[in-house]
Amino acid sequence: MRRGLLWLGAVLVLAALEPNLRGLIGAYNYQILVLVGVNIILAVSLNLINGFTGQFSIGHAGFYAVGAYTSAALVFYAGPSVRVLTASLPTVAQDAVLLLMGLLGAALVAGLAGLAVGIPSLRLRGDYLAIVTLGFGEIIRVLILNIDAIGGARGFAGIPQLSNFFWVYLFVLITIATVHNLVSSSYGRAFVSIRDDEIAAEAMGVDTTRFKVMSFVISSMFAGIAGGLFGHFTMYLHPNSFTFVASFYVIIMIVIGGLGSIEGAVLGAVVFTVGLEVFRGFGAFRLINFSVLLVLIMIYRPQGLLGSWTLIKRRKQAGAM
Amino acid sequence: MGILEIRDCTIRFGGLTAVKNLTMSLERGALYGLIGPNGAGKTTVFNLLTGVYHPNEGSIELDGKSIGRLRPSRIAQLGMSRTFQNIRLFKSMTVLENVKLARHLTRTQGVFDAIARTRRLREEEVKIEQDAMELLGIFKLDGRADELALNLPYGSQRRLEIARALATNPRVLLLDEPAAGMNTQESLELMRLIRSIRDRFGLTVLLVEHNMKVVMGVCERIQVIDYGETIALGSPKEIQDDPKVIEAYLGGA
Repeated sequence: MRRGLLWLGAVLVLAALEPNLRGLIGAYNYQILVLVGVNIILAVSLNLINGFTGQFSIGHAGFYAVGAYTSAALVFYAGPSVRVLTASLPTVAQDAVLLLMGLLGAALVAGLAGLAVGIPSLRLRGDYLAIVTLGFGEIIRVLILNIDAIGGARGFAGIPQLSNFFWVYLFVLITIATVHNLVSSSYGRAFVSIRDDEIAAEAMGVDTTRFKVMSFVISSMFAGIAGGLFGHFTMYLHPNSFTFVASFYVIIMIVIGGLGSIEGAVLGAVVFTVGLEVFRGFGAFRLINFSVLLVLIMIYRPQGLLGSWTLIKRRKQAGAM
Repeated sequence: MGILEIRDCTIRFGGLTAVKNLTMSLERGALYGLIGPNGAGKTTVFNLLTGVYHPNEGSIELDGKSIGRLRPSRIAQLGMSRTFQNIRLFKSMTVLENVKLARHLTRTQGVFDAIARTRRLREEEVKIEQDAMELLGIFKLDGRADELALNLPYGSQRRLEIARALATNPRVLLLDEPAAGMNTQESLELMRLIRSIRDRFGLTVLLVEHNMKVVMGVCERIQVIDYGETIALGSPKEIQDDPKVIEAYLGGA
């Protein structure tokens, strides 16, 4: 009941902000804010598999691309007939139906891709996931380059604009709530036990393959949703936005913020996205800033900016009960 | 027909036969000791029983069910739990969380209940916490429940491993050198503790141990292996007097 009210309040606040925000902070800042939101979803979801479950995925951009293109194609091709079906509804509601349809498709297809990649590579102990996900990201990009129906190398133009600050931040909240609830349940303890000691986890009855795949699929689904939200905001997608460099951006975010910390992933996404804009004047050199930042973090705070905060807070919580 | 039956088990690693034609039978409720000199294959036997390795030949049955080909998590689910010779606690978790993790086998709530954090799930979490605290109480660890498991002293870490193994609700408990690194006083307490948890939880316990005092003091039946083969089997008294055992431990005259 109380949680229901909390969600209702959050939706109302976001809805009230949406129409005024662009005028309030300017179109440029508005766009950055939305990008920050998309990156928060990416970072928090990648953190589930890399931070909490301890499996190293470096292909998050692949699932992001799968989601972006699935949602865009679904709305682009099936959108007009859905609009006819929902013609009696006001435009806002039609847009919402279309967007949610696209995002559902994005989550499902990205999740299935996660399942296909995860089952063979997560059965084994070791860094196979890193190798396979790296390959997967590139395969997806090359596939997209060669499918003409979704623009191929020209890029996919004419995607209806459906997502905005409201939707992106609604899904930011949903992502954070999902990952938070998951990691504070027995599922989360199973994920962390795999990260800490896979042999002991298995001996305590944790089917490690199953839980690793589960964590990976959920992570992939949210990357897909982030992709859908991104495509329907920018109205244009190009395979070059989804190279393996994009995967590394997300890894940088969670390493800066602290692996295994939700607050850290959020902070990392904000610092990284805003940082890229602040240093735009440096051109290609701006990435050097992050190399320096990463080196400094590795030296002075290897657990990331908020890496240990989560731990301390969790212990306090446990103590209070 | 015992609760744990091992028949003619053999496992080879390349040219090395680590365990050869091992046969072992544990009666329900037994306190059974497995001993042998260094490198005799004791830990390999544990790894065979818990599914870390699969035997090349022979069969292993837990309560009539063949488990020789199952993966470790499945065997734990069927009711056999273990501790490790080199302690393997979850180091980023607190003492309490280590035990709570092991309670996950009894969970009834699905992943969607976890994501939505339903009332039933929250109630179950409270129950898990109560059970875990109760177990920690038995091992006198409840006062340190919120400390990181890593920060416990060595002896307490060993006891926490036993508590964690018990949290999976096992019928058979395998203890791999539980007294390693303990002083005499601690070993004595451990012996009492092992006996009392066996009675309290109706367990069958298989113990691998180097400390002879512990094995002789606590076990009712002892099997001695050397180079992967059984060389003696009997009560502690019989084992102590067996010339083959003396030879294996002290070398031939």
